Amino acid sequence: MIEGILVEGLIYGILALGVFISFRILDFPDLTVEGSFPAGAAGGAMTALVLGPKFGTGGSPLLVACILCAGLIAGGLAGFATAEIYHRLKVHPLLAGIITMTGFYSINLRILGGKPNLPLIAGNPLLDTVRSLLNGMLSPEFSLLAASMLAVLVLFGILDFFFHTEVGIAMGALGDNENSVIQAGINPVRLRTLGIILANALAGLAGAIAASYQGFADVNFGQGVVASGLATVMLGELVIRSQYIGVQLARVFIGSILFKALMYAARSWGYLAGITPNDLRLITALLIIGSIALSKVGRKSS
Amino acid sequence: MIEIESARVSFSLGAGEEHVVLKNLSLSVKEGQTVSIIGSNGAGKSTLLNAIAGTVPLRAGIICIDGVDCTRQAEWERARYVGRVRQNPLAGTAGAMTILDNLALASRKGPRRLKIATPPVIARRMAEEVAQLGMGLESRLHENVSRLSGGQRQALTLLMAVISKPAVLLLDEHTAALDPANAEKVSALTKRFIQEFGLTALIVTHDMSRALSEADRIVMMHDGEIIADLSGEEKTSMTVAGLVDLFRKARGRDYAEDRDLLR
Ligand SMILES: Nc1ncnc2c1ncn2[C@@H]1O[C@H](COP(=O)(O)OP(=O)(O)OP(=O)(O)O)[C@@H](O)[C@H]1O
Ligand SMILES: [Mg+2]
Repeated sequence: MIEGILVEGLIYGILALGVFISFRILDFPDLTVEGSFPAGAAGGAMTALVLGPKFGTGGSPLLVACILCAGLIAGGLAGFATAEIYHRLKVHPLLAGIITMTGFYSINLRILGGKPNLPLIAGNPLLDTVRSLLNGMLSPEFSLLAASMLAVLVLFGILDFFFHTEVGIAMGALGDNENSVIQAGINPVRLRTLGIILANALAGLAGAIAASYQGFADVNFGQGVVASGLATVMLGELVIRSQYIGVQLARVFIGSILFKALMYAARSWGYLAGITPNDLRLITALLIIGSIALSKVGRKSS
Repeated sequence: MIEIESARVSFSLGAGEEHVVLKNLSLSVKEGQTVSIIGSNGAGKSTLLNAIAGTVPLRAGIICIDGVDCTRQAEWERARYVGRVRQNPLAGTAGAMTILDNLALASRKGPRRLKIATPPVIARRMAEEVAQLGMGLESRLHENVSRLSGGQRQALTLLMAVISKPAVLLLDEHTAALDPANAEKVSALTKRFIQEFGLTALIVTHDMSRALSEADRIVMMHDGEIIADLSGEEKTSMTVAGLVDLFRKARGRDYAEDRDLLR
């Protein structure tokens, strides 16, 4: 159970990283993740299905790389679509995201071969590879945990480096004050597009991993992920205050594990308080409200 | 060097009506010259700077900076030649980022690289740069800019505007939001940077005596036009009272026109 919460927390933490980058760093309220997360899931699952037989059973690191890339690309394309709609039509970010998310519902169905659900019965290369690499050293549950921790550490390292580079600093400044970026002779449209692509590529990556973890991809995977991603980001901000980007990135994962733990608790023991699984969305909404309210109180008193 | 030829800027009022804010304005500023731009509220001073920086598009006319026709360039492209400070101290800096990050961002114009932005070499250089402000900011490089006072923040914005030695420096009432002591400090810094870097500068101000003492040339605007352009001997012999007189005459013409309309 605890491994399950940790693994899920880490996987969905990657999704929340995407939400963090768009909402917090770019100050771009992006709903695209509702489309890019399932797009990554669909792309990853389809890649596993199509390329899997060529690599044989037992998995292969190369195949895993292909699956992860499919997730990144599918999500990144959704982000690119939103950025183009936003910049060319000059509409509100929320509308740009809604348009992409709506369109991608159909695109995701097409990726999944016209069916709303694609189970990975024939083989689950990502899990197979993890198990075969760590075979014997760790129990199946802990090998999954070890693998997701490793993946998250690598991702954290890359992003922490990125946000210390010239491009990353400029991206942070863009969300803060676009004018300061323009004054530096940087094209704000290109930079924002890059940021939105990055955010949604991360969501797509999370989708591809989540599909492998759950054993299937579903066109409805995306429902509610913006809200849960936001709740995650805010929970993290509630427990750790920091202006350092490294800490801000790390606390997204802490928030994500907390969120998954809360959801697990609500599912397992919620019946004692009359809470059913149908109420989880309401709990997510209340969590967001509570986090915002609490952060306001905290700011006043400090 | 700036060359503006018959620049026309207008804003649509809807129903096909146009409010013309710059009326075929021409202005040529030599390299290294400091020009004060004065004129009453709504004269079009800020619009003129906005037109040079590319914040508002020209309806007609040409703007060249250092011999390059940049009339059609976007604001971020022109920023390569233009440094700018506005009236609002919050406008030029990213408040949620550190002093060091802000300086590193401004220290170079153009596309960014995938290289660590503030390695120790850069941090040391920026500490030296910010020490010139004489505000002790060199020991606060890792603090967020939002924690600075308005005066400190405007001084930092000024440094960010000149640090890359742009061809043109545009200042729009950049000390107006500061208390007298801070305004004095920032003005002195402005003077020093302009001299040290030999910058070509356009300074919009409502402070006549400062305009007279700090600039090589004074341009007076009224209703989207240049109504007086004083330099050399003319400028040296001009007094604050003389400038106010010029204003009155320009306003008087307005009153006369109003009377024409009422008849
Ligand atoms: N974006 C805009 N849309 C419509 N009208 C505008 C816009 N910007 C400026 N104007 C109009 O242009 C005229 C000149 O404005 P501008 O800001 O250039 O004046 P100014 O000389 O800087 O005045 P002040 O001394 O008050 O700063 C004003 O009548 C103003 O209403
Ligand atoms: Mg003005």
